[in-house]
Amino acid sequence: MDTLILEALARALAVGTPLLLACLGAILNERAGVVNLGVEGLMAVGALAAFAVAASAPDANLWMAVGAAMAAGALLAGLHALATVTLRANQFVSGLALALIGTGAAGLLGKRFEGLPLFNKVPDWTVFGVALSPFTVAALALAAGLAFWLSATRAGLTLRSVGENPAAADVLGVNVALVRVLAVLGGGALAGLAGAFLSLAYRSSWADNMTAGLGWIAVALVIFVGWRPLRAVLGALFFGFLYYLQFRLQGSSPVPTEVFSAMPFVLVLVVLALAGVRGQAGDAPAALGRPYVRGER
Amino acid sequence: MRFVPLTTPSPARAALVTLASVAAALLLCALVFGLAGQAPGTVYGTMLRGTLGDPTGLAEVARRTIPLLLIGSGLALAFRAQFFNIGAEGQLLLGAVFAAGTALFVPLPGPLLLPAMFAAGFLGGGLWALIAAALRRVNVNEILSTLMLNYVAAALVTYLIAGPWKGKDVRGYIYTDTFAPQAWLPTLSGTQVHWPTLVLGVALALGLQWLLTRSTFGYALRVVGENPGAARYAGLKAARVATLVALLTGGLAGLAGAGEVAGIHHRLLEAGQISLGYGFTAVIVAWLARGHPALCLLTAPLMGVLLAGGDLLKIDLNLPFRVVDIFSGVMLLCLISGEVFVRHRVVWGRG
Repeated sequence: MDTLILEALARALAVGTPLLLACLGAILNERAGVVNLGVEGLMAVGALAAFAVAASAPDANLWMAVGAAMAAGALLAGLHALATVTLRANQFVSGLALALIGTGAAGLLGKRFEGLPLFNKVPDWTVFGVALSPFTVAALALAAGLAFWLSATRAGLTLRSVGENPAAADVLGVNVALVRVLAVLGGGALAGLAGAFLSLAYRSSWADNMTAGLGWIAVALVIFVGWRPLRAVLGALFFGFLYYLQFRLQGSSPVPTEVFSAMPFVLVLVVLALAGVRGQAGDAPAALGRPYVRGER
Repeated sequence: MRFVPLTTPSPARAALVTLASVAAALLLCALVFGLAGQAPGTVYGTMLRGTLGDPTGLAEVARRTIPLLLIGSGLALAFRAQFFNIGAEGQLLLGAVFAAGTALFVPLPGPLLLPAMFAAGFLGGGLWALIAAALRRVNVNEILSTLMLNYVAAALVTYLIAGPWKGKDVRGYIYTDTFAPQAWLPTLSGTQVHWPTLVLGVALALGLQWLLTRSTFGYALRVVGENPGAARYAGLKAARVATLVALLTGGLAGLAGAGEVAGIHHRLLEAGQISLGYGFTAVIVAWLARGHPALCLLTAPLMGVLLAGGDLLKIDLNLPFRVVDIFSGVMLLCLISGEVFVRHRVVWGRG
């Protein structure tokens, strides 16, 4: 029984790691008032960039692969920043475009890496006798760090003010556009990191569509956890556990497999609806999704 | 750089900016192809030659135009009401499911079968979109909900064709039995252009344009979309408008699904084979048309070229079909980024 619980926890943590990383990234840019629905695409290019670096130079430092993933995520998110912050384009549609570009470009550019093995996969760490991926440890540390940074530092306060009331922040001398651009780039880098976990540690290979909707779930998770980094840890674990259940019950139950493949998405809908009914959507940063134009309200 | 609002943006300006956006998108895509080691000239040449260059190619474009026109003109309406339905893909699948269910299991006299399939398809797509409209009432963003429903719809199709609806003499592959011939739509000879659906699409695009500009509902829809505050003041029920718009656009996507199974496949098969990303491409069809359903008569064939061309890239250059996603994404990004230049003049220097 104990081993079953441990296995469940280990798997929930494993699937929860990319969810948590991507969710933290989305919290970062949403707290600054910018929605980015492109997480799925950012994760895809992150996963590809990491794998491409790691596979092309087997003696390459894995830090380089991780760095490449974060840079790729930030670069693609830069397009979102340009479109939505500078050119005031619709954030939701731009994010959707980003998702298409990211998954499409990763599929096209990644074709040559399909089926290749990865020899230098990221080894697990043993923490208190439990094997954990360094990515998992980093994700948990990042959640704590982001929570502290947002609530207790001046920079965090500035970022939140830009998401809540950009006009007031502007009057106080904050460069609203700059803060938003940086937040979007940071969010992109974290989504890229989430992708790197998939291709360097979780699957240690590259396949088209390997993000498999995790990016979309991360976006929905942000609403579920009320834009709070520490709650995101629990949210990611919860969805990680659901994935474990799906894996565990598949084949061994009379329920058709398609029910399990649809389950995460149905649950996201249920969870979002519950968050909506409970009025949690009201926790959103007040200026979320709206471009800031000086002199307009 | 500053943007100075224009009081009356001219249609000519809008057209020019749209053209420039599309050109920018094609250049950016060329860059991506270069990165993937493909000469952009070869890529675009292949796409054009194989689509507009010969009769077979034109027929392939027309075939893809049909669902794009139906879905796109619905979406044009939805976007005017600020209802961002991104789930046409799933709504199309539900339309296909309902139409196939009717063809396979409802005993109807021959001449009634096809109309019933289309009615069922409309219902299936419309109901699927209504879920998102209902969720919107509890503040669930419809972009997220319609997207999630796409995944659920695909799983539903797989379940049906692998389980209860699996064809009697199907081995290995999964699909249903072939429909009776009464459930087949006529096509232009030698092609897969199921013309009754095409006629329906043209009529509906024009009809929706009329609805949008001439009817009371269209007026309510535009007010709700452009100025929610004024809509509330005028006593217009935004939620009711959203519900009707969802039913209508989802229904149109459902019709597209019915057309695909009745006109081309004659059975229900895997999600990826029923729709080649029509739902997402139709978003661009609607965006290019700037919210005018009738303009989709122009923009749907344009994107039809892109989809048919994507197919050729897969066959001739051995590229993954996902290149279509890159086209769609880049074009969408350029179009919405260009929007600001329609309504604003650019002034260099600080204000």
